Amino acid sequence: MCLAIPGKVLELGEDDSALVEIGGVKKRVSLMLVDGAGLGDYVLIHAGFAIEKINAYEARRTLELFEEIAKLDGTT
Amino acid sequence: MKYVDEFRSPQFLQAQLDKIAEFPFNARFMEVCGTHTMAISKAGLRPLLAPKVELVSGPGCPVCVTSAADIGLALALAEIPDAILATFGDMMRVPGPAGTLSQAAARGAAVKIVYSPLDALEIAVSNPNKQVAFLGVGFETTAPAVAAVVLMAEERGIDNFHLLSLHKLVPPALKALVEMEEFNIDGFILPGHVSAVLGSNAYTFLPEDYGIPCVIAGFEAVDILQAICELMVMRRDGAGLSVEYSRVVRAEGNPKALDIMHRVFEPADADWRGLGVIPGSGLRLREEFTARDAASLVAKIIQPADDRGCRCGEILCGKIRPAECPLFAGSCTPDNPFGPCMVSTEGTCASYYLYDYTDNNGVVNNGVEPQHQQVDNGVEPQHQQGCD
Repeated sequence: MCLAIPGKVLELGEDDSALVEIGGVKKRVSLMLVDGAGLGDYVLIHAGFAIEKINAYEARRTLELFEEIAKLDGTT
Repeated sequence: MKYVDEFRSPQFLQAQLDKIAEFPFNARFMEVCGTHTMAISKAGLRPLLAPKVELVSGPGCPVCVTSAADIGLALALAEIPDAILATFGDMMRVPGPAGTLSQAAARGAAVKIVYSPLDALEIAVSNPNKQVAFLGVGFETTAPAVAAVVLMAEERGIDNFHLLSLHKLVPPALKALVEMEEFNIDGFILPGHVSAVLGSNAYTFLPEDYGIPCVIAGFEAVDILQAICELMVMRRDGAGLSVEYSRVVRAEGNPKALDIMHRVFEPADADWRGLGVIPGSGLRLREEFTARDAASLVAKIIQPADDRGCRCGEILCGKIRPAECPLFAGSCTPDNPFGPCMVSTEGTCASYYLYDYTDNNGVVNNGVEPQHQQVDNGVEPQHQQGCD
């Protein structure tokens, strides 16, 4: 029930609405609960609302950590 | 899908598993969130981690922790003439005192499944002569969206939109859980999306006051394994709180969503299946919105019956595993659920039934033989009563 999926903001509409792309599907959602989501940003969508922006820098850092662990393990 | 696919590398998973295997002790961790429960079962992590790490499911499925009395209230709403009940699909088959919402709909009650509370608002706009009640079920992830819709209804003057708020808050439930005498968990995998709204600061009491290691995790298998690695380190070196899901979760959470949630709701006592009434663990409409309280539409509440052997309550507290319930996979299956943990797509029993248990040759992946007790009380399983 707390499932939320990443969507890319394609268009900004009236009343805090936005058109987002979620895995190739376009859907209109509300940006009323997040501050400063702009075109091209990725947001997490839950029940028709963006509940948070995805932090690209932190995502990259997490992936780098996983890559580091995989290298230490010798599996890559 | 960006931010999903790149987190699914098999190399990452093997490296994490190898790292966990190196720790010279075993541990028992609880994944609090139902979305984690499903992700763990679906990825097959439980048998991969056993016996080094045992993962126990917690009270993090909003449908599962809704009490039988509250489900009775929802069913009573569905029976009101000239009313429309709008709900998330998960609630449709939860057994209540007088059957399920699906059965009420089959009898002619106006029950509509919606994806978003925004859809419920539009149903109210399209049906100005009917009272529309939305079933507000969910944790901090969902409550701000519902609050936003209440504010929209106010602004647009849509007076026939009502809300039954069964929303619940995660931190008070965790506090109640760790204070239970039988509590026997070495660390928490904390919910990612509840925390996106709430922020990691909301959980500092767990390591500081109770010495329990905590990691807020994302929902890919590699996120969960990384969280387990971090919990193992904390178990060795001392409790702390870390955020593995830093691409989404901030220390302060999402202030805008929290502000909207607090503008509409205030904390109230709430009745949790398995945990009982926990002070300040629910959300009720603030006084200025009480005209929208759907509970006021109900004249007579259907009283819950006994639980007839369902052990959902103990499963939600991590006291037993699904296969230890005598009804699991016998009388209670996803097709004919007896209790809510088997109904919800994120319910612990449904997850274990689908992914962590096989009936062939008695092989059970989660390590416990199911009891297979058929309960013959002359009532079809789907008509049997909910549990508490």
